[in-house]
Amino acid sequence: MDNKIAAVTMRNITKRFGPTLANDKVWLNIYRGEILALLGENGSGKTTLMNMLSGIYFPDEGEIAIDGKPVVIRSPKDAFALGIGMIHQHFKLVDVLTAAENIVLGLPGKLDLKAASKKIKEICDTYGFEVDPDQKIYDMSVSQKQTVEIVKVLYRGADILILDEPTAVLTPQETDKLFAVLRNMRDDGKAIVIITHKMHEVESLSDRVAILRHGQFIGDMPTKTTNAQEMTNMMVGHPVTLNIDRPEPVDPHPRIEVKDLTVRDIEGTVKLDHVSFTANSGEILGIAGISGSGQKELLEAIAGLQPVESGSIEYVDDSGKREQLIGKDPFAIQEMGVALSFVPEDRLGMGLVANMDLGNNMMLRSYRKGRGVFTNRKAPYKLAHQMVDFLEISTPSVETPVRRLSGGNVQKVLVGREIANAPSVLLTAYAVRGLDINSSYLIYDTINSQKMRGVAVIYVGEDLDVLLELSDRILVLCGGRVSGIVPGRGAKKREVGMMMTKLGGEADE
Amino acid sequence: MNNKTKTPLFHVSRRAALPWYKTWAIRGAALLLALVLSGIITSLVTGEDPFAVYGAIWKGSFGTTRKFWVLMQNIAMLLCVSLAVTPAFRMRCWNLGAEGQALIGGLASAACMITLADKLPNWAVILCMIVTSLLAGAIWAGIPAFFKARFNTNETLFTLMMNYVATQLVAYYCVVWESPKGSGTIGIINPKTQIGWLPQFPSQKYLMNVVVVAVVCVLVYIYLNYSKHGYEIAVVGESERTARYVGIKVEKVIIRTMLLSGAICGLAGLLLVGSTNHTLTTTIVDGRGFTAVMVSWLAKFNPIWMILTSFLLVILGRGAGEIATKFGLNRSFGDILTGIILFCIIGSEFFINYEIKLTRGAGKEG
Repeated sequence: MDNKIAAVTMRNITKRFGPTLANDKVWLNIYRGEILALLGENGSGKTTLMNMLSGIYFPDEGEIAIDGKPVVIRSPKDAFALGIGMIHQHFKLVDVLTAAENIVLGLPGKLDLKAASKKIKEICDTYGFEVDPDQKIYDMSVSQKQTVEIVKVLYRGADILILDEPTAVLTPQETDKLFAVLRNMRDDGKAIVIITHKMHEVESLSDRVAILRHGQFIGDMPTKTTNAQEMTNMMVGHPVTLNIDRPEPVDPHPRIEVKDLTVRDIEGTVKLDHVSFTANSGEILGIAGISGSGQKELLEAIAGLQPVESGSIEYVDDSGKREQLIGKDPFAIQEMGVALSFVPEDRLGMGLVANMDLGNNMMLRSYRKGRGVFTNRKAPYKLAHQMVDFLEISTPSVETPVRRLSGGNVQKVLVGREIANAPSVLLTAYAVRGLDINSSYLIYDTINSQKMRGVAVIYVGEDLDVLLELSDRILVLCGGRVSGIVPGRGAKKREVGMMMTKLGGEADE
Repeated sequence: MNNKTKTPLFHVSRRAALPWYKTWAIRGAALLLALVLSGIITSLVTGEDPFAVYGAIWKGSFGTTRKFWVLMQNIAMLLCVSLAVTPAFRMRCWNLGAEGQALIGGLASAACMITLADKLPNWAVILCMIVTSLLAGAIWAGIPAFFKARFNTNETLFTLMMNYVATQLVAYYCVVWESPKGSGTIGIINPKTQIGWLPQFPSQKYLMNVVVVAVVCVLVYIYLNYSKHGYEIAVVGESERTARYVGIKVEKVIIRTMLLSGAICGLAGLLLVGSTNHTLTTTIVDGRGFTAVMVSWLAKFNPIWMILTSFLLVILGRGAGEIATKFGLNRSFGDILTGIILFCIIGSEFFINYEIKLTRGAGKEG
């Protein structure tokens, strides 16, 4: 491999954001015919490094060479001209246009959709994609949209592809499909870089791994010669145990009882269809499902944020007294001890205020407690300080606006604040979305300690492996309906995956 | 490295937060640059000595005690309207109807002065003026707020349109209450009895307005930064979803804040009619409702900084008039200078938020 000329050579790359060193003299080689997994904790500089390759940032120091020739990449356009294409976590597609229209959008020359469709079909046939060029984006699933993004990049002639956490939004089956396509592209001689946090994906897909830690290049090696434990240790810098605890539930009794819950969104589409289940105290109820299967609506309905069409949600307190939650306003529900930490795809969209600092964000839950008409500003800042220490949030200070924090730290602020209220019900969705291993385990531990306190935890997750390891019971949603509830201990990944795509998990519907 | 590829000379990157003295140094430098630029343009275009022009601007504002107090009064009134729009702006609700809200407040004051003068004692008339003008301003802002909260209409257009309605209403009543008959204007109201004229400090005619606005300024500052309402306003402005998530009733906050915004505008109208002019015309607010937008933005919605920005804008405006008469220049020339100065000051914000790094050579680190 060493005698090959690297498709991309990054030498001595340094990038600073103010006083923060995002990349510190990083060296990286990317080869054709190889899938490189770029590993590192949150804020270790993976995305920054790749953004410099794709022309979004410009390095402060260092050089980039493509096929041995030094180049200067000043804009995404330059990057495209060099055959570099990046598929971001957030898709950049126009909803009302078709796949083909999106793919040719912004390209020079005459608009010839027929020729474009033909070329798209060719690309699809070569690598095994399934794209209907005439399908509108708004009709597509997340996985189809991602495919369009990849085809878009290939259509423009990219042969160096960078994928930033591509599997975060996919089901296991869709992930397998994506990986098959990526392997086809590799065999076709393309250079592929994949940023991911999921160890088993690294092991099954990549040929080589490169590891960054705190902006520095730690090392790279063929995937065959290493294992998850070694890679994790290199990422974190010290040995870590990779097992998620699952303590036995403590004295479980019903805490939230949902019966025949039906929810429609503004357009009238049924989002939840006669959903019934019980969440017990001292137990983690995992919720599995393809994204958009009603997880968000379910949690929001319990938290009082989502209008309900029919059904009931009852809160049962320790003495067995029942109270109907439907119709109560979010503040009243919060006062009863129901905490919701929902990490949306844009992370900052709900639950936090991006431009406010940590202290002010802590205050969101407690500002009403101030004396008279005034807010109490001391307590939330004290809480913020505790949170920074306890959850190892890396921030310049508690007066820093949360938008300046990296994604993982933003999530810690949100989850930490919700737990700080000592809830009796903890609703959490995608709590570890995009978090590195270390932070994820910190969050799992925190959730487990809530469970041991007797809190009823409803955990919506996207990583099935984690759901299977963490949950006491798993509720599988499929298109807004309960596909089944299985015990977490002994549940099979395949089986749950099937239930996510088909009601009840049977072959036919 | 002897590469032949074109390396860009510099690139722009976001700064970490600067210490306050550095940001003020940048702003100061921008003002200085603006003065130098305007000076060069003045001498190039008009041949006048720039220092004489600046001197004239200064004298136009501070030349005599009377000029000084007129200046203070103007600053106070502009600040008052700016304070009014600020709570709404903090909520990202673009209330461009301050002109009309102040005008309708003025109309309410004038109505009380004219119709109640021979029916109620002076103190009762003044009380009515205060209540009705605040109420009128609040209603004028409350109507668009209700529609925004209820039907999500666009507050920018709605409040803007309300200005025209207010102007037409005032124009109508100017004819109804005209004095002397046939003049089409109201003239000084109750010139003999002085009923409804707000009390004044004996020493200075305009001091009252300045004191009232100073108090409002401090109150608005405290309201926005330390009260629960102020916190709710900030949260709604930044993210409605987050606000709903913590149980803030967004519709209520929108209407409440706009009512407050309108009421302070109404107060401005009250001061203009009852304290400064003792009459009502359609142009009594004099575009302050729009200048206030600039005052508020320049100060980043901070009421205390707004004292500075309204000071700056009033001086520039008055200076423009002064040099126009003194040097026989077109009034537009004053506006050109104002434009240059504002351009530099607003432009300096770029250098506060971003730094320019030279790719090679000694690039200074921010």
